Amino acid sequence: MLRAYWVYLKTNLALQLQYRVELAIWMLNRIVEPTVYLVVWRTVAATRGGVGGYDAADFAAYFITLMVVNQLTFTWIIHEFEWRVRTGELSAMLLKPIHPIHGDIADNLAYKVLTLVILVPAAVLLSVLFKPAFEFSAATLAAAAAALVVAYLIRFFIDWAFALSAFWTTRTAAINQIYFLLLLFCSGRLAPLELFPGWLERITWYLPFRWAVWFPVELALGRLSPDVMAAGFRMQALWLLLGLLLLRVMWRLGVRKYAAVGS
Amino acid sequence: MLAVDVRQLTKTYVVPEREAGLGAAVHSVFRRRTRAVEAVAEISFALQPGEFVGFVGPNGAGKTTTLKMLSGLLHPTAGRARVLGHVPARRERAFLRRITLVMGQRNQLLWDIPVIDSFERNRVVYRVPSAEYRRTLDELTGLLDLAPLLERPVRNLSLGERMKCEIAVALLHRPQVLFLDEPTIGLDVTMQRRIRAFLAEYNRAHHTTVLLTSHYMADVEALCSRIVMIDHGRILFDGALQELVRRFSPHKTIVVELDRDAADLSSYGEVVASEGGRHTLLVPKADTPQVTARLLGDLPVSDLTVEDPPIEDVIEQVFAGALDGAGVARARDRD
Repeated sequence: MLRAYWVYLKTNLALQLQYRVELAIWMLNRIVEPTVYLVVWRTVAATRGGVGGYDAADFAAYFITLMVVNQLTFTWIIHEFEWRVRTGELSAMLLKPIHPIHGDIADNLAYKVLTLVILVPAAVLLSVLFKPAFEFSAATLAAAAAALVVAYLIRFFIDWAFALSAFWTTRTAAINQIYFLLLLFCSGRLAPLELFPGWLERITWYLPFRWAVWFPVELALGRLSPDVMAAGFRMQALWLLLGLLLLRVMWRLGVRKYAAVGS
Repeated sequence: MLAVDVRQLTKTYVVPEREAGLGAAVHSVFRRRTRAVEAVAEISFALQPGEFVGFVGPNGAGKTTTLKMLSGLLHPTAGRARVLGHVPARRERAFLRRITLVMGQRNQLLWDIPVIDSFERNRVVYRVPSAEYRRTLDELTGLLDLAPLLERPVRNLSLGERMKCEIAVALLHRPQVLFLDEPTIGLDVTMQRRIRAFLAEYNRAHHTTVLLTSHYMADVEALCSRIVMIDHGRILFDGALQELVRRFSPHKTIVVELDRDAADLSSYGEVVASEGGRHTLLVPKADTPQVTARLLGDLPVSDLTVEDPPIEDVIEQVFAGALDGAGVARARDRD
């Protein structure tokens, strides 16, 4: 299996290098978005002398770290999947003695490796411009790295499960929208979740999105109490399992449906 | 053990049905009307290991549906299928490693990278040991003349070149059963012949079982000792090609060349063509020896050949007959 990943990674790198410009444009989106929120929140913080315990430098640290985490855990399976089902490309995948999710993970990883070339300079540049209050320590970074791996898998599984709706409907664009909205609001991309009204923040606690983005960000910044850290890892473990379970069930049912109607 | 064993295999699609117009569109929101379409109806056949069988039928006859059921992509509605002892619908890894399905227009090759890289992906996915992979690759490269193609990106290949590579990539894991759906579609005659020669050689060398669909009778004639004919999801004929001709074509064609022109040969048989001194006669099979003798005795014959009618014509007749039969059945239903 590792060999399959290695070869997939190599060939996917070669594939994606063919689309450098497209890659950069897509990437731009995930640099601009957090930068815009950073600027907005920073301005609000400057005029009010801080928001909910965040000052300008805190916001800068939050959104720059978020940019990195979001880029590293980002997935794009939904519209891809609809195309696979509609064109019957999925048939070729089903004929192979390997689950198609492995190809997707390898493809995603190749993209991540490639975009580091843009991500790292972008993070450095933003740090120079906005002077974030980074207080990294080896311990928090190690915890964040562990959480990042789990976050990546959670996001991948949930996205894949959403994408599998393509088996039942050809209008996955709507489902895509719902997924992206949930992700935007509940993952902490729009604002640090502590700034949300209490009831809304509690809801995000039970959804997977927060554990896929916000959690590694806050861990890296060293802002979490030991209690919250422990609870966070428990929630991550829970969502990792639930995500995997959801994926398996959806995949089973989906393939059965696909095999019933054909393509 | 049989390579392929199909019994009463049936596939019924449920398709939504809607009349034209806004009213019908609104109505369908609340209540969906569906209709069952029987794509394959209780077909049974079996393939021995090493057999090369042609699966012949007009468009929409149920050929592709059957191949998809045999390769596990479609679940049968009823009946059973076994391929090398496996139930295809379960899509067990061990099963998938032993078969291949080549569909004319579907591709396994990745568009933007060199052919060899796609091969490499299949090698790891199918877990082909390196030494075996090298051997297979060398053999396929030789047989299909792939050497100049391997390093080129797939998008720069012609259709024929791509098809050769598609066939090669589908065989890298040395499948024991090959399902080939129109492997020569859209190719020029030279390339068709090339692929045909390859398939024959490959089947002979590796004793693989092949089920092939093709619209080109030349493919079927050159490769298949046996054909299964299907139409409207039902099997019309299953047997040797010669048997098909014997059963469905009661005539033979006699071509005579005479030294002098303008003889009237209508007393010997039905004259289908007359050109210069060359005449083509259609003669009832049983009368062939006698007519031949008479021709040779009566006329100054310089050349004479006796042939079966072209296989295309025979097949066309069988399908036309089936169609008439169905027409009669439908007419009766209405009464």
